[in-house]
Amino acid sequence: MDSQFIIGIDLGTTNSAMARSRIEDAGDGNGIELVNIPQLVNPNEVAERTLLPSFLYIPLDLDFPKGSLQLPWDADPKLVIGELARKRGAESPLRLVASAKSWLSYAAVNRSAPILPWQAPEDVAKLSPVDASSQYLSYLRTVWDSSHPEQPLSAQDVLLTVPASFDEEARELTLRAAQQAGLHHVTLLEEPQAAFYAWLAAQGDAWRKQIKVGDLILVCDVGGGTTDFSLITVSEENGDLALKRVAVGDHILLGGDNMDLALARLLQQRLQDDGHRIDTHHLLGLWHQSRVAKEFLFEHPQKQKHDITLLGKGRKLVGGTIKTELMREDVDRVLLEGFFPNVQSDEVPLRQRRIGFQELGLPYAADPAVTKHLARFLSQQVQNSPEAANIRRGRNGLACPTHILFNGGVMKAAALRSRVVEVLNHWLAQEGFEALGAARVLDSRDLDHAVARGAAYYGQARRGQGVRIRSGAPRTYYVGIESAMPSVPGMEAPLKALCVVPFGMEEGTEAQVPSREFGLVVGEPAEFRFLSSTIRKQDHIGDVLENWGTEVEEISPLEVTLNVDGAQGAILPVRLESRVTEIGTLELWCVSRDSKQRWKLELNIRDQGE
Amino acid sequence: MIGFWTRLSFAFRSFFAILSNAETPQDVASALINPVAEVTPGSGTAAPSAAPRSKTVDTPVAESVDRAVQMLGLLQRDGRLIDFLAEDVTPFPDAQLGAAVRSIHTSCRQLLEKYIELGPVIDSEEDQPVTVPAGFDPAAIKLVGNVTGEPPLRGVLRHRGWRVKKVTLPSLPQSATGRAIVAPAEVEIL
Repeated sequence: MDSQFIIGIDLGTTNSAMARSRIEDAGDGNGIELVNIPQLVNPNEVAERTLLPSFLYIPLDLDFPKGSLQLPWDADPKLVIGELARKRGAESPLRLVASAKSWLSYAAVNRSAPILPWQAPEDVAKLSPVDASSQYLSYLRTVWDSSHPEQPLSAQDVLLTVPASFDEEARELTLRAAQQAGLHHVTLLEEPQAAFYAWLAAQGDAWRKQIKVGDLILVCDVGGGTTDFSLITVSEENGDLALKRVAVGDHILLGGDNMDLALARLLQQRLQDDGHRIDTHHLLGLWHQSRVAKEFLFEHPQKQKHDITLLGKGRKLVGGTIKTELMREDVDRVLLEGFFPNVQSDEVPLRQRRIGFQELGLPYAADPAVTKHLARFLSQQVQNSPEAANIRRGRNGLACPTHILFNGGVMKAAALRSRVVEVLNHWLAQEGFEALGAARVLDSRDLDHAVARGAAYYGQARRGQGVRIRSGAPRTYYVGIESAMPSVPGMEAPLKALCVVPFGMEEGTEAQVPSREFGLVVGEPAEFRFLSSTIRKQDHIGDVLENWGTEVEEISPLEVTLNVDGAQGAILPVRLESRVTEIGTLELWCVSRDSKQRWKLELNIRDQGE
Repeated sequence: MIGFWTRLSFAFRSFFAILSNAETPQDVASALINPVAEVTPGSGTAAPSAAPRSKTVDTPVAESVDRAVQMLGLLQRDGRLIDFLAEDVTPFPDAQLGAAVRSIHTSCRQLLEKYIELGPVIDSEEDQPVTVPAGFDPAAIKLVGNVTGEPPLRGVLRHRGWRVKKVTLPSLPQSATGRAIVAPAEVEIL
């Protein structure tokens, strides 16, 4: 069946969204609309929302009254997904799966093993991070299919967004989750790019007047759970403007949820100092009210405070009521100075302390200062890039954007946007450039849904009906080669790294790894260690590294078994070939000398972790 | 038992009396008990077909009681209104009471906006002249003051009245016991 729709899916850490456009009336951002997502918002109550909170609650038999979880398409769902899951999960956190996406990109755990909810008791039927992500996609698929029975989602052109900072493994796992949800024709797209596409879609043709050759656009995406940066250059090609994504940031687990919790903790402290006892229930209330109060103060710059009221528990409602206030200076101090401090461009975020017996949980950013992470991104990510010539840099080598585009729920607050611009302008001045005026802050709208909309626009652009951002491999990839050195007892043979995919290798291209052959035993699984770097951008395909310090990280191994009829046990020389696919993933192949036989290397993600 | 129901009924009527400042908002109460609109979970046209309502053998009277309990349940769930009305507030200072009331007011108001669309009976300015047409419905318009003669009558609008335009309540719990629950007891497992 030919697809009739282009579907953009934003599978977010805290909220997911879906946008669609009909293929027939697609073009330059026209006809993109959001898809409503019916979900349980209370027991017995289904309502439509444009966002699906990415929360999954695993109910006990007696958790909800019988029949109260009924969905239009399922009389008795075994899992609760969406708004009700989030609400109920706040009361019973051991049964709640949250931030599944962050777990998906956390290599220290086995992401195909049932580990979520994290630290849940034995009797909870746990899910793997892949399963949980798959459940959200499956939910969206069911929503779509029940309103479009003639055009099932599995037959449509689906664009699924991932953080730009996701490595190959996390991308692969996201694709697996999609496949598990029955979506086999999925293309991946980086979220900051999607945000930029949403801006293009909203601009129509006018975008060509806003940016020019030589410009450098910073996408600053701070969502509920993660912070993600990208740089896009503007150059000229065949007389038209060409866009290229030239840098992506590290994976930073830092977002709006941390900020609201920080405010709640402040209020908790204040109430405790006044002699009130604050329990978990109160803290949840404070968390929620901090968010409301923060948004109120951001929307009303002339107001100095917002009331916070915690009603008494049980029947002592008025008697037990506790009242306090969130002051503007609290918000300024905690959010502006805590999360968006005015720092110098050479300040780097504190490193995560690695303690041997540290309890394993999500690796939240050790330093909450978004601006420090931005400083590191602009100074470090651009070093050694093959695109360095096209990136505007200042006298101290800092990448100096000419425009900034904001995305993510946190950046809805004008005060935070202007703080980021202020800090950036301070750096620009030091680098010898003019400050960015209001016109250089690209007008992004509807930040909650921009990524889904932008993904749908990308679907149009792939069909030739819109502008495409060229984007190659976001990292450099290597396979490990054991050195041919005599082994020393108790020491691993030193590892060398052979570059197989250079940074920026373009989508839809393939390359041979030159002058190196591997002898593999036919019929036996062979394993290659697989490494990546976000920092080393200068390495070319075929380069061999010996000492890389902390610049290269190991990811899951690659595995391949050469099957050749009748040649069991023989050693066959093969060379490596790499491809960057159109759907946004990498492929590595073993190729025989005569090029007639090829075997694909598969990431072995199963056996990893504890 | 009677005490309980009397309290519930008092709570229910008081809420609307406070909200609308009317003496006896009968139209509102009756509209809630007999919803004027089809009660569906959610709304909107793009929705997949609505959940099939569970088969119940209830009589209309039982259903209207269930709906009244449900409305109380919603006001309690989101706004803690029943807790508030059941509490003896006389010992508390105004500031303490005020803090609680603001919070209850905000959430009950949001709840009302979500489930019940209210509009005025006569949509014009209060304290301005109006004409009451012949054949008017005394349930919808109450005449006060020097009432003489036959309509149409001229007078001054003192209160615009409240009319329920649409009710979209969630579906009822399946079990009969569940439908009598305004708020479940909460037990924390430690």
